[in-house]
Amino acid sequence: MNSMVQVDSASAIAAAAAVAGNPVKIVAQGVNVYYGEKHALRDVDLDIQERAVTALIGPSGCGKSTFLRCLNRMNDTIVGCRVTGKITMDDQDIYDPQLDVVQLRARVGMVFQKPNPFPKSIFENVAYGPRIHGLARNKAELEEIVVTSLKRAGLYEEVKDRLGDSGTSLSGGQQQRLCIARAIAVSPEVILMDEPCSALDPIATAKIEELMDELRENYTIVIVTHSMQQAARVSQRTAFFHLGVLVEVGVTGEIFTTPRDRRTQDYITGRFG
Amino acid sequence: MTDVALPRVRSVDITSDAAKARIRARYRAEARFRAYGVAAIALTAVFLLVVLSDIVSKGLPAFTQHVLSMEVLVDKAEIDPQGTADPAVIRAGDFQLLVRNALRAQFPDVTSRLGRRALDGILSSGAADELRRRVVADPSLIGRTVKVPVLISDDADLYFKGTGTKIEREPGRGTLTVGGTSGEVTLSSTAGDFAEDLAVVKRALSAQARAARTEATRLRTIVQSIQASRAAAERELATARAAGNAVQIAAAERRLAAVTEEETGLSTRMNELSETAAALQARFEAPAAEEPVDASFPSLLVAVNGGLVKLTRIGGSAATGEVLLPLSSDAAAQPGTWQRVTYQTPATNRRVTDQEVAWLEALRDRGVVESRFNTAFFTSGDSREPELAGIRGALVGSALTLLVTLVLCLPIGVAAAIYLEEFAPKNRLTEVIEVNINNLAAVPSIVFGLLGLAVFLSFFGLPRSAPLVGGLVLALLVLPTIIIASRAAIKAVPPSIKEAALGVGASHQQAVFHHVLPLAMPGIMTGTIIGMAHALGETAPLLMIGMVAFIVEPATSITDAATVLPVQIYLWSDLPEIAFQAKTAAAIMVLLVFLFVMNGTAILLRKRFERRW
Amino acid sequence: MSLIYFTGLAALAVAGFLLGRNRAAVANRTETFHSRPSYHGAYVVVSVLLPMLLVFAVGVPVAHHLVETQALTVFDPSVLDDELRRGAALRDIVAVATGRHTGDATPALVRAAETWSSLRAWTDNLILAGGGIVGLLGAAYGLRAISATFRARNRVERVVKVVLFGCASVAVLTTVGIVFSVLLETVHFFQKVSPLDFLFGLEWSPQTAIRADQVGSSGAFGIAPLVVGTLLITTIAMLVAGPIGLFAAIYLAEYASPRVRAVAKPLLEILAGIPTVVLGFFAALSLAPWLRELGQSLGLNVASESALAAGLVMGMMIIPFVSSLSDDVINAVPQSLRDGSYGMGATKSETIKRVVLPAAFSGIVSAMMLAISRAVGETMIVVMAAGLAANLSFNPLDAVTTFTVQIKTILVGDQEFDSAKTLSAFALGFVLFFFTLTLNVIAMQIVKRYREQYD
Repeated sequence: MNSMVQVDSASAIAAAAAVAGNPVKIVAQGVNVYYGEKHALRDVDLDIQERAVTALIGPSGCGKSTFLRCLNRMNDTIVGCRVTGKITMDDQDIYDPQLDVVQLRARVGMVFQKPNPFPKSIFENVAYGPRIHGLARNKAELEEIVVTSLKRAGLYEEVKDRLGDSGTSLSGGQQQRLCIARAIAVSPEVILMDEPCSALDPIATAKIEELMDELRENYTIVIVTHSMQQAARVSQRTAFFHLGVLVEVGVTGEIFTTPRDRRTQDYITGRFG
Repeated sequence: MTDVALPRVRSVDITSDAAKARIRARYRAEARFRAYGVAAIALTAVFLLVVLSDIVSKGLPAFTQHVLSMEVLVDKAEIDPQGTADPAVIRAGDFQLLVRNALRAQFPDVTSRLGRRALDGILSSGAADELRRRVVADPSLIGRTVKVPVLISDDADLYFKGTGTKIEREPGRGTLTVGGTSGEVTLSSTAGDFAEDLAVVKRALSAQARAARTEATRLRTIVQSIQASRAAAERELATARAAGNAVQIAAAERRLAAVTEEETGLSTRMNELSETAAALQARFEAPAAEEPVDASFPSLLVAVNGGLVKLTRIGGSAATGEVLLPLSSDAAAQPGTWQRVTYQTPATNRRVTDQEVAWLEALRDRGVVESRFNTAFFTSGDSREPELAGIRGALVGSALTLLVTLVLCLPIGVAAAIYLEEFAPKNRLTEVIEVNINNLAAVPSIVFGLLGLAVFLSFFGLPRSAPLVGGLVLALLVLPTIIIASRAAIKAVPPSIKEAALGVGASHQQAVFHHVLPLAMPGIMTGTIIGMAHALGETAPLLMIGMVAFIVEPATSITDAATVLPVQIYLWSDLPEIAFQAKTAAAIMVLLVFLFVMNGTAILLRKRFERRW
Repeated sequence: MSLIYFTGLAALAVAGFLLGRNRAAVANRTETFHSRPSYHGAYVVVSVLLPMLLVFAVGVPVAHHLVETQALTVFDPSVLDDELRRGAALRDIVAVATGRHTGDATPALVRAAETWSSLRAWTDNLILAGGGIVGLLGAAYGLRAISATFRARNRVERVVKVVLFGCASVAVLTTVGIVFSVLLETVHFFQKVSPLDFLFGLEWSPQTAIRADQVGSSGAFGIAPLVVGTLLITTIAMLVAGPIGLFAAIYLAEYASPRVRAVAKPLLEILAGIPTVVLGFFAALSLAPWLRELGQSLGLNVASESALAAGLVMGMMIIPFVSSLSDDVINAVPQSLRDGSYGMGATKSETIKRVVLPAAFSGIVSAMMLAISRAVGETMIVVMAAGLAANLSFNPLDAVTTFTVQIKTILVGDQEFDSAKTLSAFALGFVLFFFTLTLNVIAMQIVKRYREQYD
């Protein structure tokens, strides 16, 4: 049968409509990325709307994660990686040499593919960001931030009695929510999620997706995902990457129902990928 | 899941001054932390550089050697009076005498027994070795005069290597009258030439007085601190007496006596020093007075009429001196034709006397002294005389020991690695073996020496000091290294290779020996070379099994007594002769060259055969 | 004799191999063999080697013992009971028999030497003949076994496997050898000196006098000064090597560009490859005099064999050790943790200090423990640069002594057999071995658990 992703058109369109008027948060223009000799990303132009979930989809190695890592300059940590073009957030060039990458990352948080809690207590995991950025003036404030963040990440009820336990003792889904709590503890404006559910079971995935929907109220979210169903469920806008090129971008419902590009259609109908 | 409706919390503040200051502080901390890392690497590099340059600067002089190239008459009467031409007879001849005669011919004026003995002291006890070798090889030289390099003593050699003294010469300004040509002479100059010499002496007096005063002051502070502890001891004694405890009283009395004795000794020394200082100061302050020149001052000499006079007493215009090299005449010398000579380093601070300096300088002026590469350092065995000692015995010993080590630990190590990687069942015994190997790698090397002493020497009765035992001990020592390296090399061969061999019907052992092992060989060789380098530099366990004997002849078999290079270094470093310090450093340089070559080979091998699967 | 024996053994083995292989190869043409001809050859070799080696290994010690006992019968029984005199007598006998004896030999000695020579020649011939016969029998056995169905390969492989296992057990044998040799002498020592005095005594002066009435004839065997001296030098060394080694590792693992690494790593390897006797030379003849002068100019009294000089150089020696172990440990921390921290906006040093180092903590602790064990067991630097005087002092400017220095001093040179002094070196060695072993075992357990955590 046709494996085209079923999108609940009505709700998707409603959601898209709800965010349609949101201002643009991040603008990428002519972004190219090279890993040494390899040209990983070609001339990507993409706008990301504020307080909406933007999904980046595409087959493996298409450059979607690479693009994501450009947004908080995580590519800087890779030796031999070169980024050209312009990416602005709130009209500020994030590759401006004047701009401080440490502060940028405080504004653009990130959640990784594999849950990576620090081998410290749950509390310390969440308190890490506020501590290094000096967000809390005293212990009480720090505790408040930790608790608030855990609540927002929907983890508080499960761990409130064992905040002193190691973050690595949690289950996979809990660990990932802990990482989300860790990310939102510094109140970033944007949260980047690099396949946040790929290492999780379906129930844990559902929880994270639900959480994303709530976080959308306050944060701009960009998510890389392998799962088209997930993109359809959580995102308002979707961008499709293929072989390092941004093929198509648009309202999620439209991308999945009426793709303009042949390659997009082939991908979402499962001809390749 | 969560129904907490939360207000949007404030985001990270990046604009306020406080935030900017904070970020600056964070970056400063970052820079500081990074600087620590750079400093750590830099310190290590500096240390390495200091060690290596220290050793090279100390060791380089030992690779050259000074000889006197002299015409020596090979006197038939001394060597082979019967004319047998028998090598044994010739070898027993007193060649040293011939060499001595040649040197005496250079200084015919030295006739006293004492003077001749001093002159002979310039020569090494092996001075005639070269001549003997030549004459034994060619008996026709007997009765002829041969130009032959003659080895000089270590002190004379060191003198030529620049550790002697700085020599200053200044032309005399007045006309010099000399009271004789040998023995004790009086000198007087029409200009105040000797006043400058006197000034040199006075300056030295002043410096000595100052040094004595400083030392006396230092002693005074020590004495004061001792007096304080004597007061404490007295109080202790008083308390003990009051308590009436005999044992305590005795102990306190002993302590007090010891403290008092130390104080008395130091006070005496301090007073002596003060007096000396005062006396020296008085002499310094009487500028016109005549001064004796003793050995603690720079030596003052006069070169006149082809001879050399050492001044013993100096006045303003006249001086008394002792002739070191005879003068050709006692004619008065015109201004500019004679020189005032100063040996800057006082005689007490150098290992050659003024007379020897005079002789050595004269020999140098006559072009007799030659510097040559010290081949004997590589071709001769150990010796008590620094100028004769060489590292041949140690090199041979090291080679034999390493041979034994290699023959033992390469096959055993590789076999053990193959077993553990390929054939060992997963059981308790295998685990014990593995843990054992890891632990052995960390056992102090001296403990292996104890093992060698107790098991190989005492229990099995193997010969002491032999390369056989040394090699056995070192083999056990480096075995873990080789096993661990070989296992890593075997593990690095992808299992697909072995599976391919098994797939075509090879037995497990055939697969391992035909395919895995050859592919792992470069890695195994690298590990083995590194292990051998380790063994080459190892010292402590070899001391335990008695490889510290003084051995002149290189070993000819693995059961002969021998020593190895690092042990030779250790033995030489302990010797008091300064010349041995250079020898030690030179031996270290040889050792390091071997080690660098071995490790370099290992690195090359690794680079050349490194394969990424 | 050994030479002839092993030449014969080798000849028989080679001949057996060729014969066996040929025979199998010829037969192989007519019927299909289970094993390749060379395995049949190898089987013959094994059946020659094993019995011949056995004959030699059993025969030689037994024969020597018999010959010695027989030769010694000419002496008084009292000689035989006293181990020292027995050994001396035996040496004399051998010296006379081989014509290397200097001086006059007593008639008894000459008679003993004659007995020794004739018996020795007889047993040597016996062993040679026995070995030859056994070897030939073995070869015949091996050759007869050759047949199409005979599984020569499996048999040979089983032998090879046993040999491989034997080689792997050498490590265990070494440990057993160390433990037994050291433990045995230590037990002897404790029969002479109380373990309590040894462990808790405050004075160390093992110079037992020859005559009983001399002062200090009993010697003092309290290891406290050695413990303090060893700890003092080790502490100085670790104060140098700990921070420098750790920071070097951090810099190399986290900051250094590939170019810097390409220079710095070999640098550390060179330092690690410098023999300790060389560093000892530097410590004793360059650093120590320099420190002494420096101290004098500052008004401090620095001993010419100060703990400081030995400790500093030892620290430098351990830097590469600490840094390479720490480097491994730091590299084992997963990149995802670093990414997590960078993603939060942490700087590099914050990430290292707050995430990497805490995560690597147990591994670093074990690296430091291994380094300490290395420092405690190091010999040459302290032998050359530290003193012999057993001062109970915590002052790094004083001369102190260590376990290894004392072991070396006591055992190098002439030893009195079985004296408390000689035995004390083994007791020290036992303490040293036990201490370093414990440290290593604990450290390796920690490392193992650490690796499992991130694998």
